[in-house]
Amino acid sequence: MKAAVIVFPGSNCDRDCAVAVERSTGAKVEMVWHKDTALPDGLDLIVLPGGFSYGDYLRCGAMAALSPVMKEVIAAANRGVATVGICNGFQILCEAGLLPGALLRNEGLKYVCKPIALEVTNAQTRFTAGYQGRREVMMTIGNGEGNFFADAETLARIEGEGQVVFRYVENPNGSVADIAGIINDGGNVLGMMPHPDRAFEADLGSADGAILFQSALASA
Amino acid sequence: MKATVHVFLKPGVLDVQGKAVENALHGLGWADVKDVRVGRVITFDVGGTDKAAVEAEVKAMCDKLLANTVIESYRIEVG
Repeated sequence: MKAAVIVFPGSNCDRDCAVAVERSTGAKVEMVWHKDTALPDGLDLIVLPGGFSYGDYLRCGAMAALSPVMKEVIAAANRGVATVGICNGFQILCEAGLLPGALLRNEGLKYVCKPIALEVTNAQTRFTAGYQGRREVMMTIGNGEGNFFADAETLARIEGEGQVVFRYVENPNGSVADIAGIINDGGNVLGMMPHPDRAFEADLGSADGAILFQSALASA
Repeated sequence: MKATVHVFLKPGVLDVQGKAVENALHGLGWADVKDVRVGRVITFDVGGTDKAAVEAEVKAMCDKLLANTVIESYRIEVG
């Protein structure tokens, strides 16, 4: 099993993601610099980590979405490689057009950093199958622009297609329909504001994040 | 040519920054202020002499990078 964590200038959860994936799955993890023009061969999972890529200039994730390596990430995602964007990674996936919608500034204008309960809205995805029907999991969030927005038509489509994967039990930021994470229509690209990489062993308060990485790689 | 691009959140998309500024203006006594929107202005020089062609180029820049048309609209001035 092989995973890659993409490192952008300003990523700050890249090491967390690598450790989380390694410890929870035993997969070999390679760090890939954003200027690279090729991904390692035989990848089973690509992780876009949290952080403040390019200092959040212009819009969160806007610059990173145009990084050289993103051409390869988009091609791999379109080939069906499991790809997960966490926090800033979610913003990058939206900016890159791999996921619908966008992330706005939090409704309360505050950066919100805390453990949070999530409803597993769709447990039939390759990322959530390991929850085996559990309805609620715990992870943490840490973001200032995590307020998911999609227009009414897009929202109806993703709701109808089961693309809403996680919802907040208590909405922390004004996200439309309490959405915390969504998947693409191909079922292989997941974007989520909560951090599974900060919840991969009990000492961190929750090991629910580990199950997500295990599921992603079990289905590879 | 000089290009100026104004980018704002679309009507209907909650502008929490605008809301905070509005509240602050109310606090300063300007009670009748409403619908405050905070946007972004981007200015740059761009080659070319044909105004329509330059406008088309700047529009492409907006769609590709300067605005996220899922949530933002933009207005271009060239001259």
